[in-house]
Amino acid sequence: MSKREDEGCARKRRTEAGQRSEDCMNPNSVVISAFKVFQQELDTRYDKYERLVKISRDVTIESKRTIFLLHRVASVPDVEEILNEAEVKLDGVRQKIGQIAEELRGEDLHQFHRAFTPGIQEYVEAVSFHHFIRHRSLISLEEINARLVFIRDNNKAVGEGTFSSPCVLTFQITPTDYLLGVADLTGELMRMCISSVGNGDMDTPFQLSGFLRQIHDGFSLIGNTGPYEVSKKLHALRQSLGKVEDACYTLRVRGSEIPKHMLADVFSSRAAHIDPDDAMA
Amino acid sequence: MSVTEMFSYIQGFLSADQDIREDIRKVVQGLEQTAREILTVLQSVHQPTGFKDIPSKCLKARELFCTVRNHTGELKTKFPVEQYYRYHELWRFVLQRLAFLAAFVVYLESEALVTREEVAKILAIEVDREKGFHLDVEDYLAGVLILASELSRLAVNSVTAGDYGRPLRISNFINELDSGFRLLNLKNDPLRKRYDGLKYDVKKIEEVVYDLSIRGLAKEQEAGEEK
Repeated sequence: MSKREDEGCARKRRTEAGQRSEDCMNPNSVVISAFKVFQQELDTRYDKYERLVKISRDVTIESKRTIFLLHRVASVPDVEEILNEAEVKLDGVRQKIGQIAEELRGEDLHQFHRAFTPGIQEYVEAVSFHHFIRHRSLISLEEINARLVFIRDNNKAVGEGTFSSPCVLTFQITPTDYLLGVADLTGELMRMCISSVGNGDMDTPFQLSGFLRQIHDGFSLIGNTGPYEVSKKLHALRQSLGKVEDACYTLRVRGSEIPKHMLADVFSSRAAHIDPDDAMA
Repeated sequence: MSVTEMFSYIQGFLSADQDIREDIRKVVQGLEQTAREILTVLQSVHQPTGFKDIPSKCLKARELFCTVRNHTGELKTKFPVEQYYRYHELWRFVLQRLAFLAAFVVYLESEALVTREEVAKILAIEVDREKGFHLDVEDYLAGVLILASELSRLAVNSVTAGDYGRPLRISNFINELDSGFRLLNLKNDPLRKRYDGLKYDVKKIEEVVYDLSIRGLAKEQEAGEEK
């Protein structure tokens, strides 16, 4: 109650003061016109930020779907087909990253970095997972960046058509985003390892454990020089590595004793649905 | 490229980044030191004795801004200019303080709001991002908001010191500032948070003006000035 009274008083006083200062309230005042400029500048910046967040979300969703698709390679006979399908999806993601690059043209990449870093990390995860399945190696930062070069023809790039030559846009993933994406990749590799065991694949787990160990060693090399998020992910990485190493251990110790088609039960994997013919093959 | 090679490349990148941050931090420490010195000089205007020699205080502060210009000049050399926002967080705080101090000096001298160009000139930096180390518009606005709370304090103290005209002028100034800020569509960020404090400064100054006018002190001052 007293609050409301207070407000009423304040309003009355404001009109009092308002009368006094009416002359400086006019829209021609220097301060007001300066703030109009700021308004425009800030609105432009915030709009761009929002657009980037939206694109980043699309990139995240599409990358996640690609990863889910890639997880099916363990249970499908034709790996190549899935890889090609994933490649098409990744091309779609790259188009979206092209939009990010377009938004960032002439801007400081780091000013808007927070808007799109989740999407980019997810993309790194997807593309490196794809690369690993095909080549069994870690994709390098240069290889990823090399594919993020976009050529925009003039009529699409500039509405006024003032530029006549096609321009080249590049998007550079920062080493930090790459690092965080690779850290996420290890979680996917762990899942792949467990499900491939479920399918009676005896080679993949060992390959994966070697690869994961290399990545783990790499992260130990970086240690605490990296940003804060890296050390957080390192913990998850250790857990993934532990699971994979345990799986390999079990395979080595008991693999010779247990018939291959029963391995799934040993790991009580979620992807326990196996085709007996496939497992024997 | 093997995994180890890749990681040692990134390790190299990260440690180079840390070196740059270390360098910047050193310069920023110097800047903060000077900013504190300027603040100390300007704080004395709140003292009853300080009211009489505001111009000399401003001159002294202006001299100290020379040191600031040396520091900002040094800061520019510490990192590639197109990576301003990568390290922005490191000097954001001190730059806002300096924007405030510049705005305060200019207000005390001319009772006008400092423009962004003027602040940039006082600090020897740029306004546009394209031209190099610049003053971000958000930092400038944050500095102006610090000024508002400082002025609400000044209004109270000027009454104590017997200067009854100043609160009215400050009130006009803050009201104008308030309507300026109301033009902006701020999102939920630190700047918005700070802007939310502006209404309390406005309220406080209005209360001072109210106290003065209800006692006829404001009129008395005006009449005194006319004579």
